[in-house]
Amino acid sequence: MATLEPRTRTLISPAQLNRPAGKVLYWIIFAVVTIVFTLVFLGPLYWMVTGGFKTTHEIIQNPPTLFPKHLDAGTYSQAWSHLNMARLLLNSVYYAFGALAFQLVFDVAAAYSLSKLRPVLGNLVLGLMLATLMIPSAVLVIPQYLTVVSLPIVHIGLINTPWAIWLPTVANAFNIFLLKRFFDSIPEELLNAAAIDGASPMKTLLMVVLPISRPILGVVSIFAVVNVWKDFLWPLLVEPDPTRQPVNIGINSLALNVSLNEVIAGLTIASIPTIVFFLIFQRNIMSGLTTGSLKG
Amino acid sequence: MAIDTATRREVRAHHPGRQRSPGRSRRRLADNLTGHGFLIGAVVCFALFSWYPMVREFIMAFQRTKRGTTTWVGLANLDRIWHDPAFWQAWRNTVYFTLLALVIGFALPFFVAILLNEIRHWQAYLRVLVYLPVMLPPVASVLLFKYFYNPEYGLFNAVLRGLHLPTSNWLDSTAVAMPAVVIVSTWMNMGGTVLIYLAALQGIPGDLYEASELDGAGIWGRIWHVTIPQTRLIISLMLLLQIIATMQVFTEPYLLTGGDGPQGATLTVVNLIYNYAFHFSNYGSAAALGMVMLLVLIGFSAVYVRLNRASD
Repeated sequence: MATLEPRTRTLISPAQLNRPAGKVLYWIIFAVVTIVFTLVFLGPLYWMVTGGFKTTHEIIQNPPTLFPKHLDAGTYSQAWSHLNMARLLLNSVYYAFGALAFQLVFDVAAAYSLSKLRPVLGNLVLGLMLATLMIPSAVLVIPQYLTVVSLPIVHIGLINTPWAIWLPTVANAFNIFLLKRFFDSIPEELLNAAAIDGASPMKTLLMVVLPISRPILGVVSIFAVVNVWKDFLWPLLVEPDPTRQPVNIGINSLALNVSLNEVIAGLTIASIPTIVFFLIFQRNIMSGLTTGSLKG
Repeated sequence: MAIDTATRREVRAHHPGRQRSPGRSRRRLADNLTGHGFLIGAVVCFALFSWYPMVREFIMAFQRTKRGTTTWVGLANLDRIWHDPAFWQAWRNTVYFTLLALVIGFALPFFVAILLNEIRHWQAYLRVLVYLPVMLPPVASVLLFKYFYNPEYGLFNAVLRGLHLPTSNWLDSTAVAMPAVVIVSTWMNMGGTVLIYLAALQGIPGDLYEASELDGAGIWGRIWHVTIPQTRLIISLMLLLQIIATMQVFTEPYLLTGGDGPQGATLTVVNLIYNYAFHFSNYGSAAALGMVMLLVLIGFSAVYVRLNRASD
């Protein structure tokens, strides 16, 4: 590229950049940044993927080898069976998408009610929900755990069931806040038009509100899945049964019984779904991150 | 029913002074019931998993359960954790972790964001790179780094040996264990902060830089007089959120060192809460420590917000 394309002016002026010295300096910095970033952020992943191909002996060799001596996928298939990867991944998917479904149904309904139906005491409920944002999550872990061990009044235990993961994710004030703010921006006339056509509140929600709320539903959904997939402490407490653990917990509890190269291969397998998910939804994830935090 | 609730609300809006009639109040009741019906699922979940545990946390902090019977013990739980040497060690470690995480994890993302904002090529690639670790399951990043930290066959010591630098025992050394935890934590979490700063940087109007340059400000001058003041609000918010989040660190020390580390060098407050509850089955102490943590964090936030407002 001969000249650098003009865009909104940033710290360095285009004039400065287009001077010969500026250009040289720019390309040097660009090269250094690209190389350093690739090493720092992709390097460990390279080591992880290739580590999975190394033998039990080669992986603890000193100095380590940059390329595995033989490209043998055997370690991966051993890791797949020894670490029970199919079960763990399936559990993670089940927990993540179940939590997504519950959050979409309950949080969307609640935000719609708080924004458009505005029942008596709605603002009090909203206030109590938003107040939970102030409480650091780690502080509540113990009483939450004891609640899940035996629910109040009904005395049902949820330990080792998916409900222990699904239901608490609904109590997400941030979702309610994001959704309500989006619904607030939908003009009242649109809903009134639907109502004049004889649509019930449920029908209005499904046919009018949800179709125009796609962007915010996308953000909420992606983070619902990612949060469950990445959560550690909570599933560690509420899913002690090894056959019910998600990937995050399961690999760590089984890691002690298998050799290092299989653990590393297992980590690679566990990372692949999230990397694929990220590359597909990259744009939504990165823009969603700033919707949630900047304006929120 | 021919006319629907929302239409009725519309009609009502146009006739605010209309007289009350029994039919109208019944309809209003129906409207409210519909509204609450939409709310009920979320409210039940909040009640069970947020509001009730919050109340329970306060009650538990003053109770002790022994062989199935629960008694009020007043401040005994607080007194007990106060005299536990692990309590002070956990707080020292947590504050140390938070400070280290700020030195590395706070300034670094800001400068990375400035750098990325200036680079005109391969922007998408560089952004994806920085954010990639955020998406990995924590177990993958942390156990991978645990392998790198191994004193005998780990990558880090191999690189240090290759450069003829002194090697380290990393997680087995009381002095290096905590910084090692911070390095993993920063690698895992930096991407989110970088992207938020990047979005803030893109909101700075270009003419401010133009004007500053005409006034003779160099690059550092422009960062100091334009970039930082223009992003001050988001920086100070991120700083607060980051401190609150890092004070609650659990996963990284738990996976790297089992929570305690060499002579308790990586024992954090949340790790200690976990130990109280699940190693010693002492839920009272765990709740009391949780409450101390809550008070510290809320107190800190209040002071922070006030100082911030005062400096405006």
